[in-house]
Amino acid sequence: MNLHEYQARDILRKHGIPVPPGEVATTPAEARAIAERFGGKVVVKAQVHAGGRGKAGGVKLAKSAPEAEAHAKAILGMTIKGLTVQKVLVAPAAEIATESYVGVIVDRASQRPVLMVSPAGGIDIEDVAAKTPEKIHRLAVDPRYGLLPHQALTLGFALYDDLKQARAAADIMQKLYSVVYAVGASLAEINPLVTTPEGTVQALDAKIVIDDNELERRPEIAALRDASAEAPEEVAARQAGLTFIKLDGDVGCCVNGAGLAMATMDLVKYYGGEPANFLDIGGSSNPQKVVAALRIMTSDPRVKVILFNIFGGITRGDDVANGIVQATKDFPLKVPIVIRLTGTNEREGIAILERAGFSALSDMDEAVKQAVAKAKGKAA
Amino acid sequence: MSIFIDQNTRLVVQGITGRDGSFHARQMIEYGTKVVAGVTPGKGGQQFEGAVPVFNTVTAAVLATQANTSVIYVPAAVAASAIFEAADSGIGLIICITEGIPVLDMTRALPFVHERGARLIGPNCPGLISPSKSKVGIIPGNICKPGKIGVVSRSGTLTYEIIHQLSTHGMGQSTCVGIGGDPLIGTNFIHCLSAFEADSETAAIVMIGEIGGTDEQQAAEFVKEKVKKPVVGFIAGQTAPPGRRMGHAGAIISGSSGTAAEKMTALENAGISVMKRPADVVPLLKERL
Repeated sequence: MNLHEYQARDILRKHGIPVPPGEVATTPAEARAIAERFGGKVVVKAQVHAGGRGKAGGVKLAKSAPEAEAHAKAILGMTIKGLTVQKVLVAPAAEIATESYVGVIVDRASQRPVLMVSPAGGIDIEDVAAKTPEKIHRLAVDPRYGLLPHQALTLGFALYDDLKQARAAADIMQKLYSVVYAVGASLAEINPLVTTPEGTVQALDAKIVIDDNELERRPEIAALRDASAEAPEEVAARQAGLTFIKLDGDVGCCVNGAGLAMATMDLVKYYGGEPANFLDIGGSSNPQKVVAALRIMTSDPRVKVILFNIFGGITRGDDVANGIVQATKDFPLKVPIVIRLTGTNEREGIAILERAGFSALSDMDEAVKQAVAKAKGKAA
Repeated sequence: MSIFIDQNTRLVVQGITGRDGSFHARQMIEYGTKVVAGVTPGKGGQQFEGAVPVFNTVTAAVLATQANTSVIYVPAAVAASAIFEAADSGIGLIICITEGIPVLDMTRALPFVHERGARLIGPNCPGLISPSKSKVGIIPGNICKPGKIGVVSRSGTLTYEIIHQLSTHGMGQSTCVGIGGDPLIGTNFIHCLSAFEADSETAAIVMIGEIGGTDEQQAAEFVKEKVKKPVVGFIAGQTAPPGRRMGHAGAIISGSSGTAAEKMTALENAGISVMKRPADVVPLLKERL
């Protein structure tokens, strides 16, 4: 789960990291009132779960409160990478001397949290890694001891020559490291970490990604979820216990298991089709999940055919079949459906489908070929 | 032979009285796995199915039954704790089926397991099966056949699909291992490739990877240098968009790294025959054997 910048800033502030002030507005009038409190010279920033906000026109400087209001009016409601901006952060425009980067990620290769710092801040760290990898300093942290003071100070000196600033940065790094474990983050980054002309070190912008698996035990973090910033089908899918990701094609895919779901999408492409989505109904086979899956897929007007690919293990074929039959009673499918069903309780499942007038295939390639042909037939 | 499990596997099931644990314990017993103990705190002294003693702790189970392998079916919130407990009891092989363990829990559990000399398979994996010898986990026994192909995979049902292709074309398996779809796992491709290379009953290896991370690329390097047996590979997620988690916590393209194309190229460069679709597995193996 992604947090908004203003939420990440709040978390850092609560953990003692110096963050300049800033408030959230949902209307241009609110933005104006906040700007007035900050003396008029502010930056207005779109709060949306997409990178490249600046390039998309979602970050603007204002010299006065009325200008801040005008900027907020332009930014609120704009679409950035398919997501509508609902909130803006209004913060005093900061005077910046230097910009660096500090981040903690959970690294797959070392299987540890890794601290990454770079004096080249303010830009995408991936670009720095690609173009000037020597400017990135990394340290894998032993989670039993945490980030030790001397380690943090060494990294602090990688950013600043001045002892006072290096110490301030080291303190921020140790606090950022503890934020990761405190909130269950898989990524926490400050970009940029700035120095002001007076020499103060501050976290100007922050990004925190929460490991979805942490949300159940951290209700206070789960409550930060902003469903309005996500695609509505994906919210509906999550509430139904499904993993759903919308794509651009016309072959709706409903599969049990993530690996098989990806392989099914790939096979659709292999046979010349385009998958409309990734959808994993998961291991346990509740017919209601299948109903929800069909409801989500049929609500997409671009979907021309629905393809089921079920290899029963924990998932039972009869449960899936019952879900399909139930769905056809609840709402019209509108598009043809191609079903591949094999594995656990395959015979029972096929019998249920046949009684309802459907047929099922046992071969994955054959099912995908038929689905792609049907999608094309309708398109032509 | 086989890798990691065989007739000598003496299994303790952590969470044996739970919904998933009890269902799969029954399936494993039916398959012929030696399920010697179960653990559920508070239910020590009971018998599961009138045949398997239940203990309060893993240590008590190991002392009483000489269990050497553990399988974990407990809920995600307590699964890391179950891994710590198994490693502390002296169990040498721990298989964690549970999905949804916070990755930060694994940053602490993995070094603990490693320091005690234990091997962890998973978490978020279907377990493993050495057909006709032993099955630990949830891979359906009826789709497998004994034989000479070693299978290692990050996925569950996609593995079943590949096993199904193999079995229906008369290619049995020595062992099939699901290593799990999480970003932090105990046993990786290289561990399994190395074990298959050393296993006299394995003639060829199938590795099934997916988008995210660099495990497959490192495995490809290992194959190039150390594996003489033929290897056939598959990478799922060629059509996955960047930045989105495709079901498995570990299946995510970060920026431009971890793509299927990058992995397929790495596999090909290491002399691995790369499938374009699951149905290619049998023809490619036949070419190489």
